[in-house]
Amino acid sequence: MIENIDLSLVNWSRAQFALTAIYHWLFVPLTLGLSFILAFMETIYVRTGDEIWKKITKFWMTLFGINFAIGVATGIILEFEFGTNWSNYSWFVGDIFGAPLAVEGILAFFLESTFVAVMFFGWNKVGRKFHLASTWLVAVGANLSALWILVANSWMENPVGMIFNPDTARNEMNSFRDVILNPVAIDKFTHTVTSGFVLGSVFVVGISSWFLLRRRDEVMARKSILVAGIFGLVSSLAVALTGDSSARTIARVQPVKFASMEALYEGRSAADLTVIGALADSGERIGEKTVHDIKMKIGLPKLLSIMTTGDENGYVPGLKDLVNGNPDRGILPVSEMMERGKYARQVLIDYKMAKEIGDEASVTALGARFREQDFTDNYFRYFGYSYFDHPWQVIPSVPVTFYSFRIMVGLGFFFILLFILAISFHRRGTLESNRWFLWLSLFSIPLAYLASELGWIVTEMGRQPWIIQNLMPVNVAVSNISTGAVQTTFSLFAVLFTALLIAEVSIMVRQIKNGPKH
Amino acid sequence: MALIISHAFLQNYWWLIISLLAGLLVFLMFVQGGQSFIFSLPRNNMQRKMIVNALGRKWEFTFTTLVTFGGAFFASFPLFYATSFGGAYWVWMAILFSFIIQAVAYEYRSKPSNVFGTGVFDTFLFINGCLGPFLTGVAVATFFTGSDFSLDLFNRVTWGSGWHGLEALVNPVNLLLGFTVIFLARVLGLMYLSNTIDDGDLIAAVHRALVRNAIPFLAFFLTFTACLLAGEGFKADGTTGEITIVRYLYLHNLLSNVFTLIFFAAGVVLVLVSLWLGILRHSRKAIWFAGPGTVAVVMALFFMAGYGSTAFYPSSSDLQSSLTLAKASSSMFTLKTMMYVSFIIPFVAAYIWYAWRSMNRRMITREEMDGEDHTY
Repeated sequence: MIENIDLSLVNWSRAQFALTAIYHWLFVPLTLGLSFILAFMETIYVRTGDEIWKKITKFWMTLFGINFAIGVATGIILEFEFGTNWSNYSWFVGDIFGAPLAVEGILAFFLESTFVAVMFFGWNKVGRKFHLASTWLVAVGANLSALWILVANSWMENPVGMIFNPDTARNEMNSFRDVILNPVAIDKFTHTVTSGFVLGSVFVVGISSWFLLRRRDEVMARKSILVAGIFGLVSSLAVALTGDSSARTIARVQPVKFASMEALYEGRSAADLTVIGALADSGERIGEKTVHDIKMKIGLPKLLSIMTTGDENGYVPGLKDLVNGNPDRGILPVSEMMERGKYARQVLIDYKMAKEIGDEASVTALGARFREQDFTDNYFRYFGYSYFDHPWQVIPSVPVTFYSFRIMVGLGFFFILLFILAISFHRRGTLESNRWFLWLSLFSIPLAYLASELGWIVTEMGRQPWIIQNLMPVNVAVSNISTGAVQTTFSLFAVLFTALLIAEVSIMVRQIKNGPKH
Repeated sequence: MALIISHAFLQNYWWLIISLLAGLLVFLMFVQGGQSFIFSLPRNNMQRKMIVNALGRKWEFTFTTLVTFGGAFFASFPLFYATSFGGAYWVWMAILFSFIIQAVAYEYRSKPSNVFGTGVFDTFLFINGCLGPFLTGVAVATFFTGSDFSLDLFNRVTWGSGWHGLEALVNPVNLLLGFTVIFLARVLGLMYLSNTIDDGDLIAAVHRALVRNAIPFLAFFLTFTACLLAGEGFKADGTTGEITIVRYLYLHNLLSNVFTLIFFAAGVVLVLVSLWLGILRHSRKAIWFAGPGTVAVVMALFFMAGYGSTAFYPSSSDLQSSLTLAKASSSMFTLKTMMYVSFIIPFVAAYIWYAWRSMNRRMITREEMDGEDHTY
């Protein structure tokens, strides 16, 4: 059955999930960042008693509410799409993946949903300190929910803390600690939430700059720029640090993705880091995949080796090593992994068939294989490779990952500069006189969204063709439904999300133009 | 203790949690029930605004409970998640669509420049108010009536009907539960509005509507219960796991488990008391009886569906593919880990209760709606 899955079904299912995720991620990072900015502002209000801070908090809270609702709406789809569109995946790993989602609901969503109502409607219903606590709890809840879904996502990047059970034909968790403390999860959580803080800060600085350009509500705008500027600077530095750590982890656990991010085809020692470059078809092919040359390259010598191995002469494997193998570096060719994976899959099929017909001797013998270290380490770990027809299929889209990664990193450094300038001009009292900076801040808002979305494109596109790294390719994970059904729901989602986005932006712009209530 | 915490114990424990979440979800559908009155109950825009604001401060609880219900099912019974969601595609998608449009409707309906106008967003609330409870009821009814699916050796699902779940809509028993849930949600919605809004005219209309909705609710509920208890069920053999069809299975499950019987009886009594209070005494406290009553009855229905070696998600086309708690559950390790996490639920319930009381201490009035604070 799986082998005959229609590729267009896989592609439409991927497109639908990507569409939902991209729309969802338009709203989530602002919630992550703005929730803390609101908490800072309200804290200042409660500590100083200055009514201007209450007015400022309420203004940004209105924008937060408009954004929050649509983020919640798109989020529910993502959770259920694991079941509706990726049902084979849901069974194969539900034992592990489902747990963080359930914890997310119990620990984070209720915290968020309970106190967000107090935050919006409780100004005259609860005490000042209770209201402040509610605002903080909304921020904590929002970021906690990010933690659990990112733990789940990280497990797909680097599956740990589990063991395969041949009786149920699925992976089962044997260490919740390993799942939570997965190095990818730690990097991803810190990198993702701090990038959300940056986006929230850019949003506040940008909108405040608009007020200064229009010479309206200048006190509010200046105070907002100060809070968001400081928060944004600290966050953007954290993004840079966690990004570095994240790249190092990817190089270790997802070397194909890492090589694609760098468009590194030939492995090398003392590898330089490409800062800027343009990809061109070299005319060479790995299977059906194009090999690219990097033109107009500006690189930093040896930095890639230093960043990934800690040694300036360290060896960084390229895509050719990873696909064709490199015995000198202990890298198996993918063709060998495919063979070993097929062997492991056949053992599993034989085991299930033996159980079906009640052949106890075979059940005992084959079942024992899954407890043998040699079998699990040298064969079963390549189970997912058994579904490929050609070794080159493990290579993701190099141009997409290469360019997305560079634009994201470049924008990350740009935001550091932006926040330094914001704080500097604020200290000197020259924000209004530097109108170029105010315009730059305003037009930086879409750039923050672009950087944020590109981060996910690097993560998810760079992971292809895997839904779970090394264990399950996407074409095996898809639900057995008709392509037409997915095309229909894709179209409905596209129309609905776009319509709601238009409404959201329109309302947001109007609320900004209205400004704070006096 | 080590003897008690077996895999079977954990499977039953998690079915209890799922049942509790299902009960809370149906109770919290008072939000949807209230939304279904958005065009018929209010006489003017102010009354409509009061209704929307009364419900709008609670919509996130329903939404969050639905998400947690899904997450808990995924974690504890992933084979159900994979089978039902991946097979009955259109039913679940329709439910999801109705919830997407709800989430934004509250926040956007009264905001200037909302592009589509207040009427469109109010229509979204009405659609969610009708479709959400009805389809949820139909989907849950398949726990008793069965679905057209089969599983292969590797538990990969094939759905027999090309309608992918919509075929459930032609089964009269499924429709009975669908209509039961929507009229229950409407009754609960009216009781909640009565408890929350301080407006004489509106509350008089609420009481009149309560009578009109309580009658069909009781009629559908009693008919569904009679069909369920007199009908056939899907029983798994305790040793071999073989599924057979057994007449009066759910009646047997109800009578043979004292907890199920107590929950069912107590729940029905509480709901009847709430109707008596709401309709005959015009009490505004009726929701406090109807709420626990609803939770108890729904839990009892889930107990009947899952406990006692019953297939809680039966296959009508391939009996042996039917899902029991044992077959569909996560591993013992995962269920145990999740059990420890679930111990935080009383703490969550406590802070929800505290925040709810703090916010509902004062009723919603026209003056508040005219004020400058955040309103929908």
